[in-house]
Amino acid sequence: MNANTSPILAVRDLEKTFGSVVAARDISVSVPAQQTVGIIGANGAGKTTFVNMITGHLAPSKGSILFEGRDITGLPSRAITRLGISRSFQVAQVFPTMTVIENMRIASAIARGRDSMLGLMSTPLDTPETAREADAALELFQIARYRDARAATLPQGVRKLLDIAMAVAGAPRLLLLDEPTSGISIEEKFGLMEVVMSALKTRRITVLFVEHDMDIVGRFADRVLAFYDGTVIADETPEAVLANPQVQTLISGTRAHGAGAAHA
Amino acid sequence: MRMGSTVLGALAFAALAAIAPLLPPWLISLATIAFANALVVLGLIILWRTGLVPFGQALFYAIGAYAVALIGRYTPIRDVFFVVFVGAVAAGIVAYLIGFLLARYREIFFAMLSLAMSMILYGILVKTETLGSTDGFHVEAGSFLGWRPQGGTRNLAIFWLVLAYCAIAAWLVAYYFRSVAGSLTHPIRDNEIRVEFLGVSVDRLIHLKLVVSGVLAGIGGALAALAVQHVDPAMSYWTTSGGFVFVTILAGAGSVAAAFVGSLLFELVRSIAVTLVPGEWQMILGTALLLTILFLPEGLGSLVSRLRQRWRRGTAP
Ligand SMILES: Nc1ncnc2c1ncn2[C@@H]1O[C@H](COP(=O)(O)OP(=O)(O)O)[C@@H](O)[C@H]1O
Ligand SMILES: [Mg+2]
Repeated sequence: MNANTSPILAVRDLEKTFGSVVAARDISVSVPAQQTVGIIGANGAGKTTFVNMITGHLAPSKGSILFEGRDITGLPSRAITRLGISRSFQVAQVFPTMTVIENMRIASAIARGRDSMLGLMSTPLDTPETAREADAALELFQIARYRDARAATLPQGVRKLLDIAMAVAGAPRLLLLDEPTSGISIEEKFGLMEVVMSALKTRRITVLFVEHDMDIVGRFADRVLAFYDGTVIADETPEAVLANPQVQTLISGTRAHGAGAAHA
Repeated sequence: MRMGSTVLGALAFAALAAIAPLLPPWLISLATIAFANALVVLGLIILWRTGLVPFGQALFYAIGAYAVALIGRYTPIRDVFFVVFVGAVAAGIVAYLIGFLLARYREIFFAMLSLAMSMILYGILVKTETLGSTDGFHVEAGSFLGWRPQGGTRNLAIFWLVLAYCAIAAWLVAYYFRSVAGSLTHPIRDNEIRVEFLGVSVDRLIHLKLVVSGVLAGIGGALAALAVQHVDPAMSYWTTSGGFVFVTILAGAGSVAAAFVGSLLFELVRSIAVTLVPGEWQMILGTALLLTILFLPEGLGSLVSRLRQRWRRGTAP
């Protein structure tokens, strides 16, 4: 049992059907710890379905998911979160009526008490540690100047960062980002990814991120999974994927699709 | 600040207990019911903060009351601490069981389902001849660890008992409000998906809140049964539930203290209104509710925080 060689995530023969629609099929992927994996593919290719299955939002119809060697197939999302897998969403999921720091504090406090109902009842919300942790997280994700703004009023990019910062509060070892740059202008995308990736590097978190922009994938990913029609048609380095003729013909619209991909 | 409000609360309860022998008997009886009911309101506030309004909380109130009454009828046990405990547990078990269904619903569906549950109990109670049908039946006087006070002393003793339960409940609920579970109110109203993906089951948390509020209502009902020495199906009727919702709106969900002040005020206004205008007291209560919603949408409790803010602004340099 060597932790360095066994993958943090091992997915085998994953399949998901919605009635007659096959949203995912024959997906087998193994991800070593600390690797940064980019996921590309046109709209409807099954990227979100893949993320949803790993994070427990959807139960797979077939196949298995191992996280750190442990079978997590079909577990509810909250159980998977507690085991160490977090995620952000294509549409940022924050608490809009609360301020940024309140969002962050509740995320930090939940991480301390979430193992049982008793834990949630006996862990106080306001402690010096959670306050410090929450402020540190806002600094790390460079949104501290929005500290007291209500989340509903935030610019899209800041809301995305808050979503990710909250996902990271529970100290996950694996993080899945579903289109972290969707809805963000081209000029801001790189800056946002720069902030996110350097934060995750400091926390030593393994990342899978869905992204339409090949320039961003090439800049941040060690490895790329190209999705087409519910399955992985290429699994190689960013350079190799760009040169892959099959990817070029099947996902040719990759770059252009970026802006129109806002559905959950 | 926290220590401050705990000490203040403890002092208030102690002061009430101390001056009780000097108060007129009618006021003691009124305050006893008001504070027993305040426990139910406290439970309502717990759900209210999460955006849930149970229109059938009288279900648990009646369970607590009938549990006490039944023990008196079928067993020789009279100890108040024991019978209130059984009332609390009985209400808790019922809340736990129906929670499997109720915790999956929100908003009006939650409210109506809760109402439906209470009406089922009402129907059962009305139909059951052995439980006195619509008349209900007599509740045996309790003993306090062997002590059996009579008359006015008994009323005082029950009042002290209610105060003791209220003080403990107030302290525990205040602690709960500061916990992560107690703070998961706006987050649940705002975005359940984010809560789930932070590792918490929203349904299970609501289930928990339901059981806590059910236990509080059960204790309230058990104490009320001991105080009035009578139970009847009206304790589970929707107008009783409506009264609890009424007081919650009047008090506001902002603080623990508001539940007690609001409940006391409600009973006072009702009793004065009934004396002054026997036919139209509902109209007076209705007007009071309307004025509260219009001018104090966050309840009486918000008066205190408003005054505090003004005071702070006034003393700021
Ligand atoms: N809940 C669902 N019910 C039915 N079909 C779905 C559902 N979720 C996704 N799909 C279908 O599965 C396919 C993959 O969708 P998705 O994973 O969202 O793609 P992507 O994220 O790559 O754009 C699409 O054809 C989509 O319509
Ligand atoms: Mg998607």
